[in-house]
Amino acid sequence: MTTAAVATAIRDMRARGTGSAKLKALRTNRLAMTGAVIAAVFVLAALFAPLVAPYDPARPDFDNALSAPGWAHWLGTDDLGRDQLSRVIHGARASMQVGLLAVVLAFLVGVPLGLLAGYYGKVADSAVSRLTDTLLAFPFLVLAVGLAAVLGPSLTNATIAIGIAQTPAVIRITRAETLRLAHADYVAAAVANGGGDGTVLLRHILPNATSALIVQATVGIPSAIIGEAMLSFLGLGVQPPDPSLGVMLSSAQAFLAPAPWMAVFPGLAIVAATLAFNLLGDGLRDVLDPRGGTR
Amino acid sequence: MMKLPAPRNPMAAYLLTRLRQCVITLILVSVVVFAGIRALPGDPALALAGEERSPEALAAIRAEYGLDDNIVIQYGRFVGHALTGDLGTSSRTGLPVSDAIAEALPVTLELAALSLLFAVVLGIGAGVVAAVRRGRPEEWLANAVALLGLSVPTFWLGIVLVLGFAIAVPVFAASGYVPFGTDPLDNLRRMVLPAVVLGSGLAAVVMRQTRAAMLDSLSADYIRTARAKGLSRREVIGGHALRNSLVTVVTVLGLQLGHLISGAVVTEQIFVLPGFGKLTIDAVFTRDYATLQGVVLCTSAAYILINLLVDVAYSAIDPRIRLGGAAR
Repeated sequence: MTTAAVATAIRDMRARGTGSAKLKALRTNRLAMTGAVIAAVFVLAALFAPLVAPYDPARPDFDNALSAPGWAHWLGTDDLGRDQLSRVIHGARASMQVGLLAVVLAFLVGVPLGLLAGYYGKVADSAVSRLTDTLLAFPFLVLAVGLAAVLGPSLTNATIAIGIAQTPAVIRITRAETLRLAHADYVAAAVANGGGDGTVLLRHILPNATSALIVQATVGIPSAIIGEAMLSFLGLGVQPPDPSLGVMLSSAQAFLAPAPWMAVFPGLAIVAATLAFNLLGDGLRDVLDPRGGTR
Repeated sequence: MMKLPAPRNPMAAYLLTRLRQCVITLILVSVVVFAGIRALPGDPALALAGEERSPEALAAIRAEYGLDDNIVIQYGRFVGHALTGDLGTSSRTGLPVSDAIAEALPVTLELAALSLLFAVVLGIGAGVVAAVRRGRPEEWLANAVALLGLSVPTFWLGIVLVLGFAIAVPVFAASGYVPFGTDPLDNLRRMVLPAVVLGSGLAAVVMRQTRAAMLDSLSADYIRTARAKGLSRREVIGGHALRNSLVTVVTVLGLQLGHLISGAVVTEQIFVLPGFGKLTIDAVFTRDYATLQGVVLCTSAAYILINLLVDVAYSAIDPRIRLGGAAR
């Protein structure tokens, strides 16, 4: 066993040790745990939406249109008599789907580019940095609007737009972490030990950048949830009659005075979901990132 | 790129680097915008024509945009026209896109200015209170409101405020725009809710940053010195600690500009304000690609320019940024 390998093994052991300590620190953080519980409820509701929802979210019932919250319909019904609770549950499904997939997309594109830019520098770095600047030059909504115009409005295209909008941040964070780690002793050791670029990047640099990337993901999920609701609200995301929290808010606008519950509950659901992920994210950041808030 | 003589002044060197980056980004943005409309499936002439699809109209479009020319020549013409303020003709109204933009711009600028004012006054005020009253109920309250401000989406806050202050207690108007010059009071009555909606998220971010920066400043040595000199509490907090915290706040405002632009689109949609955002969304739904192209180009160019100005202002205030930034 070479000294480099020993050093790596020791570091890995240490990392594992602090890992469980970190988990413990997170578990004692009451706000973060509250966030985790609410987030888990949303994820479960989204996964099992057809089982949990009391009614079919798309079936109109004109006899019961615009009925106030009560025993039959806990959150009331909308202008077509559809059950609001069932629509919120199915809407949460769309939110979660976009929240996770958009972040995954941003990571699939952003992490390799960030590694490339940070590790090889020079031409690769300038090319990736200009790409990042160009993406950042389009405010999120302008980008999403442009994509919706070119590809047509749909949930998939909204996910792509949100994913692309989140990519620059992932690139920048991965690049910064790579730059920092490329000068670490164990990376130099791995290189001296004959490790190829692929080995160094995937086995030594990427695993050590995970903390920063997890923190970024917890920032990305709630902002993707809000992004989906915003795009669907504007008519650029989920298309009616499919349920989405944004679509529900959009149709509620015409019935604010007679049926305020149509606007209140989907909004509360969005707030609860984003608040939950923000609290969990804040907790994770405190635990994982010794430098404090990154944004 | 043209080779420029190396300037001796580090500030000038930094400015040149930033300027060069901005020009490259602007060029890339124009390529993306230009290519976007040509990436549409089918004939770009059909896209630019909108609803009017007679062979004569298509031929006129082809002639106007020179769609039969080489793509590089087309791009050159597009940039040339854009630089002279000619952004084409709207397929919806038949009027120049630049006219529509000139009409929408004042609405959005007023909205942005009012919401910035709201965000800065509330954010800095609450941030200072939270830092000075650390560990007291005031700090707890400010933090809770800020977290809520970050988690409540703009469009929902807009709807809730309309429910509360335009329907339940009709103090403000829920929709429509009256130019400030026509009737200042009516203008403000209609702009207060949109400005609060658009500024709330920003206020939360400003509050958090002000609080953090104030806590940093308050524990610094020069504050102890200022106290030891016998300055009053007000002078120490306002004159020393806050002034040094403002640098951070300026940067945060710059970083949040993109959110402000996105938020403006949604806010204008909720309150039916005829601004830039409404123009953009209407262009998407009426397939008015010439307008869309012009609006996206203008928004992005403005965004790049403002970011440059923020960077320059920031580095002028704090020389450490310049040195750190130039090494990027």
